[in-house]
Amino acid sequence: MRFDLVKWYNEKLQGNVILKYAGSISSDVIDQLLSEFETKVSDSSDLSKYRKKVYNVLVECLQNLYHHVDEPPVDVSVDEKDKYGAVVLCRDGSFFRISTGNFVKREKLSYIKDRIDQVNALSDQELKDAYRKILGNSEMTEKGGGGLGMLDIVRKTGNKLEYNFFQVDDDYIFFALDVYIS
Amino acid sequence: METIIREETTKTPFVKFDGEKGLVEIRGRSIPENAIEFYKPLIDWLDKYAEQPPSKTSVNVKLEYFNTSSSKCILDIFRKFELLHKKGNEVEINWYYEEDDEDMFEAGEDYQSIVHIPFKMIEMEE
Repeated sequence: MRFDLVKWYNEKLQGNVILKYAGSISSDVIDQLLSEFETKVSDSSDLSKYRKKVYNVLVECLQNLYHHVDEPPVDVSVDEKDKYGAVVLCRDGSFFRISTGNFVKREKLSYIKDRIDQVNALSDQELKDAYRKILGNSEMTEKGGGGLGMLDIVRKTGNKLEYNFFQVDDDYIFFALDVYIS
Repeated sequence: METIIREETTKTPFVKFDGEKGLVEIRGRSIPENAIEFYKPLIDWLDKYAEQPPSKTSVNVKLEYFNTSSSKCILDIFRKFELLHKKGNEVEINWYYEEDDEDMFEAGEDYQSIVHIPFKMIEMEE
């Protein structure tokens, strides 16, 4: 069965939705979403306790999309094709969940999967050591992060990354990531 | 030497690099998509500063948020001061964090473990 974007998105909207967006992830859109988040935080005492952590992780998730999404395949119908990505922030039981989804070229699958599996396998101490090693030694990539984004998210949330790859067609997959903050 | 001042924006911090007084301040949030664009001119300024620095340099970093794209640039700034310190100049870095902000505290520890330079962690009450 073909991947159903609308169904995936609607499933992610379960829980108490704080932010949702699907479309072009531009620098201005990131600004808008972050400012919307701050408005919501000031209205909710529940959220304000987690304000900084959620904000930090939200920035990394949005900028991951900004830097890494591929254009959707031609026959996928979405409103804005350029830098298309979807993001949902919601309260999900005792967690805050940030879900992101984006299309990527199929050849990137094993790279993304290996990267996440590696990060998920690390203990707290190993995460700290790996972060410091990359920060101290590596060159910046063109896109700026130098491979620290995923490490930073897992280190800050203390939770493993959950992910799914959905086959879209022969050339594309849909990469869905769930980040839990507790 | 000319003083650099950058006013705070939604994604970049307030910055003041004062070459006469030897005072460097970075305050607010640093979450630009492309941090190099923002920090490159500041790092270039530090190269010039190092040619004839005043006897003492104080660096005050009071960040509310910073992204991983900025983390490397902030390290590059600290590395410039590390060089200055190695040459015998007095340099101190003051890293401010809010009392309940463990992540910002840990970030300070990360830098402290990488650069060899007097590094003070200063807790602020909210």
